[in-house]
Amino acid sequence: MSERIEEHMILPAREGASVQFTFGGRELEALDGEMISTALFANGIKIFSRHHRDGSPQGIFCANGQCAQCSVLADGVSVKSCVTPVRAGMKVEELRGVPGLPPAVCVQDAGRIEELETDALILGGGPSGLAAAIELGKLNVPTIILDDKHKLGGKLVLQTHKFFGSIEDCYAGTRGIDIADKLTDQLKEYPSVKVWLNSSCVAVFSDKKAGIVRDGTYCLVRPKAIVTAAGAREKSLPFPGNTLPGVYGAGAFQTLVNRDLVRPSKKLFIVGGGNVGLIAAYHAMQAGIQVIGLIEAQERCGGYKVHEDKIRRLGVPVYTRHTILRAEGKEELERVTIAEVDRKFTPLPGTEKTFEADTLLIAVGLNPINEFHQQALAFGMNAFVCGDAEDIAEASAAMFSGKITAHKVLKHLGIMAGPVPAFWYEKLETLKSRPGPTGAAKERDHDRKVYPVLHCLQEIPCNPCATSCPKKSIKIPVENIMAAPKFEGECIGCFKCLVVCPGLAITIVDRRKDESAPTVSVPFEIGRGAVKKGDELELTDWEGRPLGRAKVVDIRDFKADSTLILQLAADGAISDRVAGVRLYAEEKPGKPAITRDSPDETVICRCERVTLGEIRRALRSGVRDLNQLKAVTRAGMGACGSKTCNSLILSICRGEGIKPEELTPMTQRPLLMETELGTFANIKCRTAMEEKAGWSGF
Amino acid sequence: MADKNYDVLILGAGSVGTPLALELAEKGRRVLVLDELASAGQGQNKEAIGGVRATHSDGAKIKTGLRSLEVFSTWHERRGDDIGWLKGGYCFPVYTESDERLLKEMLKVQQAFGLNISWLGPEEIKKLAPGISPCDLRGGTYAPDDGSASPLLSGQAFYRAAVKAGAEFRFNEKVTGLDISGGAVKGVMTDKGSYAAAAVVNAAGAKGAEIAAMAGMTVPVRPDCHEAGITEPLKPFLKPMIVDIRPGDKSKNYYFYQNSEGQLVFCLTPNPPVWGDDCRATSEFLPEVSRRMINLMPQLSGVKVRRTWRGLYPMTPDGFPIVDAGAGPEGFVLAVGMCGQGFMLGPGLAPTIARVMDGAPTEEDKEILHGFRLDREFAGMEKLK
Repeated sequence: MSERIEEHMILPAREGASVQFTFGGRELEALDGEMISTALFANGIKIFSRHHRDGSPQGIFCANGQCAQCSVLADGVSVKSCVTPVRAGMKVEELRGVPGLPPAVCVQDAGRIEELETDALILGGGPSGLAAAIELGKLNVPTIILDDKHKLGGKLVLQTHKFFGSIEDCYAGTRGIDIADKLTDQLKEYPSVKVWLNSSCVAVFSDKKAGIVRDGTYCLVRPKAIVTAAGAREKSLPFPGNTLPGVYGAGAFQTLVNRDLVRPSKKLFIVGGGNVGLIAAYHAMQAGIQVIGLIEAQERCGGYKVHEDKIRRLGVPVYTRHTILRAEGKEELERVTIAEVDRKFTPLPGTEKTFEADTLLIAVGLNPINEFHQQALAFGMNAFVCGDAEDIAEASAAMFSGKITAHKVLKHLGIMAGPVPAFWYEKLETLKSRPGPTGAAKERDHDRKVYPVLHCLQEIPCNPCATSCPKKSIKIPVENIMAAPKFEGECIGCFKCLVVCPGLAITIVDRRKDESAPTVSVPFEIGRGAVKKGDELELTDWEGRPLGRAKVVDIRDFKADSTLILQLAADGAISDRVAGVRLYAEEKPGKPAITRDSPDETVICRCERVTLGEIRRALRSGVRDLNQLKAVTRAGMGACGSKTCNSLILSICRGEGIKPEELTPMTQRPLLMETELGTFANIKCRTAMEEKAGWSGF
Repeated sequence: MADKNYDVLILGAGSVGTPLALELAEKGRRVLVLDELASAGQGQNKEAIGGVRATHSDGAKIKTGLRSLEVFSTWHERRGDDIGWLKGGYCFPVYTESDERLLKEMLKVQQAFGLNISWLGPEEIKKLAPGISPCDLRGGTYAPDDGSASPLLSGQAFYRAAVKAGAEFRFNEKVTGLDISGGAVKGVMTDKGSYAAAAVVNAAGAKGAEIAAMAGMTVPVRPDCHEAGITEPLKPFLKPMIVDIRPGDKSKNYYFYQNSEGQLVFCLTPNPPVWGDDCRATSEFLPEVSRRMINLMPQLSGVKVRRTWRGLYPMTPDGFPIVDAGAGPEGFVLAVGMCGQGFMLGPGLAPTIARVMDGAPTEEDKEILHGFRLDREFAGMEKLK
């Protein structure tokens, strides 16, 4: 049973030779070079290990090499399955408890640790790091940009949707995956920039060097300027059942679906109505996964309304002012229970709803990955930071902040004299803008026969529709790209605005053939097979309200843009209101099986299985030094180094009424992630298996 | 005017101060412990790697070590909290003739002071340290009653017990001066208040010389810095602490053991020493220690390092502590210069210090303190630092 995504509207099919490996003795198939976790998901396996404290099943969590929850035994060695490629013949097993000493190796030699100097070292090859590298490359600055993946782009490579912003500043209207390619290509023009892939910075040291593991080889780099462009990590959420396999972050999900093209879920539920959660829902549908619902604790979703509307139109129920009460399941997630909340976010009894779901995504915000920046500053290095590592915002803003940061580096290196132009900061602030107010839909004030309807009424920083209209009939003031677009003038029905719109919020109504029976063209990118000519579909307005049914009279395939245009025979009276088609019927909730929780048992520190109860007890006994909390409970002492629990603990402290100034923060220590001892000695060795293979006999 | 009166003020809630507070409070003394950090054991106590041994080179330390072992090994049984105690022993594997001579000579002294230690041949060492490099292995010493405990758990356990016994602790409070008049200590001033007591114990670890200076005393204690690390947990495979006393390129000895969580904890003595109190990570440590550990036990190369840290060894010129109740103003007690062994010496020293403060030391106490007095010549050198 393969859970691979064979056909995707946006992404090319994954290629690669198929190899055999085993999991717990079962013969399975993988694509050569893909991560073990991916291969397991492709084979429908979601439980990777049993926790050493309580034996509970564990699945994927960060999918980014940061935690150790996905650890498995590969040929007897405990590895993080999400960052370890599968190899032909590999024997993979569930890791039960702690591993034994790794199998004997034959150490051939200890290598010298290479030390290098460079003008700029950029940690992270995502949008901000790439943008910074390009700016430095333009002025021929010796630069190293590193990324832990095998390909540049960071999270851009997971973004199948088109970007917001403006075309001239940040490739608005282009899909994230294509922006990654464009930036990577651009970087190739600048020979002074060296790209180190499969490379991780594991520590920054007080002797002003960065310790980097590059393709398994350790080296030290001494930069004149260090730029942290490491992005963000997802926040977690405490609730009973949050450690069940199937509960993980939206970023991990996007990695599985959009990078690895596996389908890890059939029924998905999402917590969090920011852009990350909303986009994850959309990506899920593109992967053929049904989204049972999305909840948001606030009155309104915090993400762009166009993103929210897009999923509502397709039939995803969005429950605002709801919270997650619990996740349930025996070995894996089976059900989620949500409830309405009051103004203080307290769940209201009697409002519980339970849904069947196999996967629950947590998308409740991001924290900057800025440890290296803070350490580098403390060590007196010339440290800079950009993108999400500096301030959480959209990738469009990250690219622009990379450019600004490069300018600061250039000034520091004495290459550029002038300060960063003031208007760059203004542009950055615009790109970082939170969505503004939403205007009311207006009646049509013209009698053109063909015209666009702009279902985009919320102020967001975005203008590709205005830029792309050949007749310049879509108006957004250049000085304020936050303004909602207006149609004024002539339309030739060229579909350019419709295809470029990142929000899929433009339709074109064509009354040229028949005034009373127009065709409405709506953009569609869920899948080529999802809708056929002649289908009768349920129409919806911009926010997903039903408008009756209509026939698909034609489908136009804009292949270069990976966008279909559905042409619908809508009734003349509603044609201007039609904004999309519904694909899924709303899933009705059931009654919860469990009605009482013991929140004290909620796990806060996943690595060491420290519960909310233990942490509260310590705080209530007077502990205010989080280092003491660590000593008493072990919270934060696990593999991930408090990356997940630290912010949860701080929020528990807030909940207990402890003021931030009363707290002593946890001491952050190297390494950022666990690294084999042999790596630091650059040990050249052969494993027992290689020994055997290399042995020629008598 | 002092804000409050006590019998004893202890400066430093660390490896030495906290067990001493427990000892004194249990004797009914009104004790206040002052520390500039936010909670107990946040100075060098938590930087300790957790080894507890009586395997030292001289009588005073061997005796103190034996007493500490008694405290650590019986803590769980007597007090109930788990402090991660493991009786794994200390093993010094030997690869050179000169090291063999050195350790075998010491063996006589150690055994004479009641230490359970013996010389083992290479085969027995291989059993104790599975996978140890057999090439040139001559054997080694093994003291099976030594062991290890978690500094974090122990520090908290001593603190809780001391509080329970009635000791008071004030944290985030920095000592600014000592109240001394007529040649006797009367109390302590801090940035937040002042406290009166007829006895003040300087247990300030790496800050010991600074506090002593407030009493007009010069004590030869200055910290140097060692770096340590901890790995992922593994199934138990290694019982003893392994100490490799051979010199390396940039280091003297290094040592490692597997703790009660299954994690390997390791530490390296840099050479030349890194003087000062800078505890920030350096790039030198991991390459040096990993090369040496893998050289000794190749199988360790695949074990993942989780975290590293640097801690201070408040050193004296001869490598022995300074514990002296009669060298300065009356009532002022020095318990400093533990040379990186505060964690393993502190609990053993506590009853001795308490009896001396009561003016009723035992013969053994006197013997121990003779070796640790301030007016010694500091001419020798502890051979098993």
